[in-house]
Amino acid sequence: MLTDKTLEEIERIKKKYPNTKSACMEALQAAQREKGHVTECDMRAVAEALDIEPVEVQEVGGFYTMYNVEKPKGRHHVQVCRNLSCSLLGAEHIILAIEQELGIKTGETTEDDRITLSTAECLGSCGTAPMMQINDEFHEDLTVDKVSDILKGLK
Amino acid sequence: MENVLLKNINNPGGHTLKNYLAGGGYEALKKTFKVTPDDIIQTMKDSHLRGRGGAGFPAGLKWSFIPKDPTVDKYVCCNADEGEPGTFKDRGIIEYDPHLLIEGMIIAGYAIGAATSYIYIRGEFEFGAKRLEAAIAEAYDKGYLGKDILGSGFTHDMYVHRGFGAYICGEETALLESIEGYRGQPKKKPPFPALSGLYSKPTIINNVETLACVPPIIAKGVEWFTSMGPEKSPGPKIFCVSGHVEKPGLYELPMGTTLREIIFDHCGGIKDGKNFKAVIPGGVSAPLFKEDNLDISMDFDSVMAAGSMLGSGAVIVMDETTCMVKSAYIVNRFFSHESCGKCTPCREGTIWATKVLRRIEYGAGRPDDIELLESICDKIFGRTFCALGDGAVMALRAFINNFREEFKYHIENKKCMVQA
Ligand SMILES: Cc1cc2nc3c(=O)[nH]c(=O)nc-3n(C[C@H](O)[C@H](O)[C@H](O)COP(=O)(O)O)c2cc1C
Ligand code: FES
Repeated sequence: MLTDKTLEEIERIKKKYPNTKSACMEALQAAQREKGHVTECDMRAVAEALDIEPVEVQEVGGFYTMYNVEKPKGRHHVQVCRNLSCSLLGAEHIILAIEQELGIKTGETTEDDRITLSTAECLGSCGTAPMMQINDEFHEDLTVDKVSDILKGLK
Repeated sequence: MENVLLKNINNPGGHTLKNYLAGGGYEALKKTFKVTPDDIIQTMKDSHLRGRGGAGFPAGLKWSFIPKDPTVDKYVCCNADEGEPGTFKDRGIIEYDPHLLIEGMIIAGYAIGAATSYIYIRGEFEFGAKRLEAAIAEAYDKGYLGKDILGSGFTHDMYVHRGFGAYICGEETALLESIEGYRGQPKKKPPFPALSGLYSKPTIINNVETLACVPPIIAKGVEWFTSMGPEKSPGPKIFCVSGHVEKPGLYELPMGTTLREIIFDHCGGIKDGKNFKAVIPGGVSAPLFKEDNLDISMDFDSVMAAGSMLGSGAVIVMDETTCMVKSAYIVNRFFSHESCGKCTPCREGTIWATKVLRRIEYGAGRPDDIELLESICDKIFGRTFCALGDGAVMALRAFINNFREEFKYHIENKKCMVQA
């Protein structure tokens, strides 16, 4: 089930395009904003709101990597860039330091569901490498000390 | 040189309409409405502006391919997918000067007769998407977008379309598929988007920086633009410098500035006094250069003649401590991760090459792995729908050809040649 707020948002998104199928990507983004991931049920609800087939929504959900399909993540999703520019300036040290600090490996979530750690490909922030993204926010020019402070601040 | 594209990069309040107008913003649009759409296309052709998204195709020529039939809907799409690793210039324009892009897009819309435009922005740029949406709302509010703009009779609507994680959507046909609500996979060309693009209508797709060049070309004139850089690839260019330099960041410089000038004069040289080893001139798809190519002029044709690509202008600098096997592995891993899966050579080939590079990097390389990598490259190159596979191959071949000894050492000694 989608909330009324999301359904209203979907109506607003529909107005941007000449057909409703185009609204699928952003409608599913709106659905994901509710709880951090989307379920089969959400995808059916999006399909219904757009009057398209559920499989059309599932296709989109499965293709684009930022949709978390059926995968509840920790409250904070820490994604450390591992591409070349960040790697040249020590991304691996940052990843290792986070793994040690949290006691988890990349791809895992802390037991209290506070933090999920992943790696990401270039996030378009290479001039301020190394960098990571936590939920929607970028953290740049990272050092091991700085990362430790940022992690401590995540509730 | 005075910054034009990055005028507001150090001005935290610079993104507002008020500030944009104070700096002469939307004057180019007023000038545009005084001439015909064909005049604008001719001006763009005269400027020799070439696409800043990677391929360097002449923008005016692209616009001139759009059929003139006024009864057919047309679209302008801005490519703000900015996924080529090493690139962060479009984000800079969007966050610090969104109206520059918006004005460029309205002018493009007028030139080709499009009533609608979309900005395709990568999903991770949450902040940038919000900035753009706020700027678009400001533009509507003051009559720069919507019906009968500034009393010109020209109507134009503009929307942001947010991607959600797929490098391939930077490829123009995949981008259009994505706006239409499909998986972002490239389509066969022809038909080219200029004839059959978004919703099968005539469409131009241009990079953010390309479109941001449009208002200053109109406002300051073609002569201003062509006074910089080589005749066939003029204008200002934003270089995104990252890696082992003292001062990484965005640099707006004349097209044709040399790599040596960029790295050593503008960026303060190699970080911590180390020695230079290699540089990728145009994003990770572009073959790397060694020291002997540092004096080439950074413009589309010169970099191409030297065997690489200006690409997106992403300059990634590597110092003497950089392991080339590891770098090649990271770059290839990226391509295998981002291959959309449509064509077999790219999908399977990039995965296979990554596997081989990984085992070399981790000390399990086999004696004929270099030849194996080369044969994988041969089986991908030229056999794929879009340029992703070719980019992966060109990058990998350059790593191997320039640093074959390092790959050999890695395989034979099961460890790295450089002290990291
Ligand atoms: C795999 C692939 C990825 C691409 N990614 C981008 C991108 O992120 N941004 C971009 O502007 N162009 C990208 N391009 C180039 C576009 O297909 C297209 O040429 C460009 O947007 C045209 O605009 P321009 O002429 O203004 O450069 C990519 C091309 C390929 C093959
Ligand atoms: S390589 Fe990390 S942000 Fe680009």
